[in-house]
Amino acid sequence: MDRLTPQKYLSLYIDMRRMRAIEEKATALYYEGRTIGRIYSGRGQEAISVGSTYALAADDAVAPMNRDLGTHLVRGITVREIFCQYLGRANSSNRGKDAGLHISSPERGVMVNMISNLPASLPVAVGIALAFKIRRELRVALTYFGDGASSTGASHEGINFAAVRRLPIVFICENNQWALSTATSKQFALEHLVERAAGYGIPGIQVDGNDVLAVYETTAEAVARARGGEGPTFIEAVTMRMKGHSVTDPAQYVPQSMLDAWEQKDPIRRFGNHLRQENLLDDSLDENITGKISAEIDDAVAYAEASPFLPAEEAVTDVYAEGIATTYA
Amino acid sequence: MARITLRQAISDALREEMQRDENVFIMGEEVGVWGGTYAVTRGFHDEFGDKRVRDTPISEMVIGGAAAGAAMNGLRPVAEFMTINFAMLALDQIVNHAAKVHYMFGGQMKAPVVYRAPGGGGRQLGATHSHTPDVIFAHFPGLTVVSPGTPYDAKGLLKSAIRSDDPVLFIEHATLYQLRGEVPEEDYTVPIGVSEVKREGSDVTIISYAQGLQVSLEAAEQLAKEGVEAEVVDLRSLRPLDMGPALESFKKTFRAVVVEEGHRGYGIGAEIVARLQEEAFDYIDAPIKRVAQDETPLPYSQELEQMALINPDKVIAAVKEIV
Repeated sequence: MDRLTPQKYLSLYIDMRRMRAIEEKATALYYEGRTIGRIYSGRGQEAISVGSTYALAADDAVAPMNRDLGTHLVRGITVREIFCQYLGRANSSNRGKDAGLHISSPERGVMVNMISNLPASLPVAVGIALAFKIRRELRVALTYFGDGASSTGASHEGINFAAVRRLPIVFICENNQWALSTATSKQFALEHLVERAAGYGIPGIQVDGNDVLAVYETTAEAVARARGGEGPTFIEAVTMRMKGHSVTDPAQYVPQSMLDAWEQKDPIRRFGNHLRQENLLDDSLDENITGKISAEIDDAVAYAEASPFLPAEEAVTDVYAEGIATTYA
Repeated sequence: MARITLRQAISDALREEMQRDENVFIMGEEVGVWGGTYAVTRGFHDEFGDKRVRDTPISEMVIGGAAAGAAMNGLRPVAEFMTINFAMLALDQIVNHAAKVHYMFGGQMKAPVVYRAPGGGGRQLGATHSHTPDVIFAHFPGLTVVSPGTPYDAKGLLKSAIRSDDPVLFIEHATLYQLRGEVPEEDYTVPIGVSEVKREGSDVTIISYAQGLQVSLEAAEQLAKEGVEAEVVDLRSLRPLDMGPALESFKKTFRAVVVEEGHRGYGIGAEIVARLQEEAFDYIDAPIKRVAQDETPLPYSQELEQMALINPDKVIAAVKEIV
């Protein structure tokens, strides 16, 4: 496992800060009527997508879900690209043909972009890993799913198949306590979801999902295992969804005491304090970071809002890779 | 030219494509040691090994999804569903991933996967194992759906499907596996999305595909003995759908019958009839008839099952109503 240098520590911190600031800006744009509502906040979960994606090599593949903006940032998706995507512009990853964080960038290893259904991309990520194995490439796939998605047949079939074939893949279950309004107590009867790993015959590791270094180290070990031919690992990253399911959900069903308790474990503040103790961060540097992120976002929003939409006639292009026309004669 | 079965034609196409392109591999339930539920991949496991002929757990969602993922990652998987009835378990993976990634991600991704699925009724397998749900899959833009009615087309279309950059559902009617026909030794393909006139005639146009094609051809032979010459058009591909030959024929005969094995309601026939009236309204001389499966779950006992399915007599009766 690669040891993180102090410079990397700071990058982890900055990417978590960027993720939160971008989501706050996107939410503000929504309330100002400047974008539509396909915004799913990963507030409180930043350590998971940022920390785990840092554990990948450049040519590994990752299949993020809707709360994994950090994955895109670590993979080098620019803030301009992200706001063009939120705003459905022609120069976004999907050219305006799909919304939300459904961003793909095969050349930067975001190989399986999510579709809305969760965890429909999990078996597809398994197929990415299958292709690595068939071609005998020492590459690894990483994918995420939630506590709610863990109840689906797709997650079961995907993990079981990967286990049987010892495929080079890492499964991270982001247990954020809520599947929309359904609490985990109504989702599964286990005390800890990670216990399911034993049922698949693969290692299962529970990690504090609000501790970015723990997430990084746990993922890095799982990635090394996958790359070494030892098959998949099931990681349960325990965290808390600090906002509603989507921007339209006020989440009044979540007890305030629960939010208060988890606020104390905020992954960004926590890691910031750690960096201060290690003398890697102080007020002046922190303000400098805030200013840079703010400028980056202002630039991206202006760029996105000035960017064109795809012409309406392009609605019928891209249906088939072979260019088959789909309109009636 | 050798006269081989449709089963052999499909098997030969698979073998030749695997020999031609090392990125082609097979995955599915019982495709390996067992050789496929319909024996299409018999001998493949010995010939190509476990790496390229992969048995999966009984997990249709993974067959659908992992095949799409491997295709998105540069391989050319041919995934077999034991029957098309089980492909319905993988609908989300087929329809929401394979068929949509190219569009949803602005053309950055492609999923050149082939899903093979035997299906159809007439074998006394009961309602849940006898579906002809072709129209469900053909509904979705982004997916290619083909279903051959002859050994020649089966081999040529499967080769085209494997070489296509788009996801293809390749539907094999199980009662046609023993059907023999002439198939050349040399490499050839049949283009996807091209219909073909299989029998010429001037009195009525019968439009069908797959097993319905064979039923229609048999009906046409009997009608000829009674002096009615039917032109039989084989759609071969349901999506993309080539209406050219059907329209051309209809503009000559002014009468048409659509024959399909799926249920009549909301079926292939409904689509074809709509297209004929949209694009050839002035040529309609009689109601356009539909011959299709009855509106019941398909029954088990032989007489009941045959009553519910299409057959040449039903096609002949429909033709006689309009000529």
